[in-house]
Amino acid sequence: MSELLLPPEHRYAKIIEKTKNEDGSELSILNLGPTHPATHGIFQNILLMDGERILDAEPTIGYIHRAFEKIAENRAFYQITPLTDRMNYCSSPINNMGWLMTVEKLLNIEVPKRAQYLRVIVMELARIADHIICNSILGVDTGAYTGFLYVFQYREKIYEIYEEICGARLTTNMGRIGGFEREWSDEAFKKLNTFLEEFPKVWKEFENLFERNRIFIDRTVNVGPISVEKAMQYGLTGPNLRAAGIDYDVRKAQPYSSYEDFDFDIPVGKSGDTYDRFCVRNAEVWESLRIIRQALEKLPEGSYHADVPDYYLPPKEDVYHNMESLIYHFKIVMGEVPVPVDEIYHAVEGANGELGFYLISDGSRTPYRLHFRRPCFIYYQAYSDMIKGGMLSDAIVILSSLNVIAGELDA
Amino acid sequence: MALETAYIQEKLSQKFGNNVLNFEMKRDVFSFEATSDFTHEVIQFLKEQPDLNFHFLTDLCGVHFPDNDENHQFEVVYLLHNWIENTRIRVRTFLPASNPEIQTITDLFLTANWMERETFDFFGITFKGHPQLKRILNMDEMESHPLRKEFPLEDQGRTDKDDRFFGRIPTTTL
Repeated sequence: MSELLLPPEHRYAKIIEKTKNEDGSELSILNLGPTHPATHGIFQNILLMDGERILDAEPTIGYIHRAFEKIAENRAFYQITPLTDRMNYCSSPINNMGWLMTVEKLLNIEVPKRAQYLRVIVMELARIADHIICNSILGVDTGAYTGFLYVFQYREKIYEIYEEICGARLTTNMGRIGGFEREWSDEAFKKLNTFLEEFPKVWKEFENLFERNRIFIDRTVNVGPISVEKAMQYGLTGPNLRAAGIDYDVRKAQPYSSYEDFDFDIPVGKSGDTYDRFCVRNAEVWESLRIIRQALEKLPEGSYHADVPDYYLPPKEDVYHNMESLIYHFKIVMGEVPVPVDEIYHAVEGANGELGFYLISDGSRTPYRLHFRRPCFIYYQAYSDMIKGGMLSDAIVILSSLNVIAGELDA
Repeated sequence: MALETAYIQEKLSQKFGNNVLNFEMKRDVFSFEATSDFTHEVIQFLKEQPDLNFHFLTDLCGVHFPDNDENHQFEVVYLLHNWIENTRIRVRTFLPASNPEIQTITDLFLTANWMERETFDFFGITFKGHPQLKRILNMDEMESHPLRKEFPLEDQGRTDKDDRFFGRIPTTTL
């Protein structure tokens, strides 16, 4: 074993030394990542291998750690929204809304029903976008490129809807404390309706391509299964937990933003293997579409933001002509807004699981402490356990089926 | 909410006496303080009592309070969840600055492994009995613990960084 590959004091080096065969053959080390095209993000895994089989894995994370928790302690509340975008960048609106709802909970702001429904719509769109990425890339990893190219244009359509709503596409910084920054344009609703019309056909076809596909089934069934007990021990939440068979969903358990008004089911799997995770995500897309349709149908009239001049920026025209507006504008931009002393935990159902914000406020312009409960960080621990005993090619498939997003993993 | 907070408080006080204190409702989460020596037992009790059944560790994190007295400098916050009754509970414990050390709960929850490593990484709180207590997000060579309040952010006004090296042209030369 070369010392360049593994320092001699590493525990794997000791294992290799101990299990050496008489004919000179030995266990090998494979360095998977950090920059490897099949890992879809920057994670490193040192794999201890016996031929093609993985005996043990040691993950190293933190390659894109940006210290968001530290930065957040030095930023005014409204300046933290862009930080949350960059955690799960596949579904940034959920992160944005989760953070804004945390602040609103701290400040006791009641958001109008219309804004709540609009938030539900955009969060479900984000969930669809996230599941499109996860499932289609899982297809790519099993050798099916067509499905990926086919559904990926619909992620683009979702991004166009985001663009109509807030002007940004990937890192959206959508919404303000109290609601949205502006009313949704007619164009946004038009694009949304077109999406709702066209996408189900495409998604149905995508499902047909995979769900009964012999090759896909061979590659995914019974690959990386996780039992219910293990899943709970490892703190799995979201689709990965539901694939193991528990119907825990924050949207049902602690409804936020009027989720209690909508009728939807929680799809669950049985064995917690890669195939179940794929199917649960597929089914969740249908549920999300159902929620969006209901929200559009029931969308109430009213304001798109709460009437909280202390926290919500006044219209720009007023700032030039109106003394109060000028004062509010100045105070909000400088972050000098009244904030109570309190301690809040707020969780939303992110695309990957329970995304929690633990916020301690000491009444100053910045949070005293802000901790993100990042689902990816917590369930990625289970990865090395799940790939043990599997083949190398299974490890890649399991990684993409878990949908580990590097930005959220490292924060 | 089927699980009454008064009932939880009574059960805990009965079992642990003065080692559990400051019960209060912090918004929607019932929280209390446990002395650092008993935190492991308290969490084990919460998890294993069939009528309490807080079987899921949602979150674990540290907090630094440099303005508190010597024995209350660091706080470790555990957030547990009972999915069946849909009740959350927060257990907090304070640690002294001179020796921030606490019993690990990785034997109760596997998921605590990385959460405790993260807390160690950012606050320097040691978890006794942890299987692999080393830094997780920061590099191993780092000496300080960056989420402690005394650790400064980079000065926004610093001028010794040459913009040209970052692909930016200083505005003065434009």
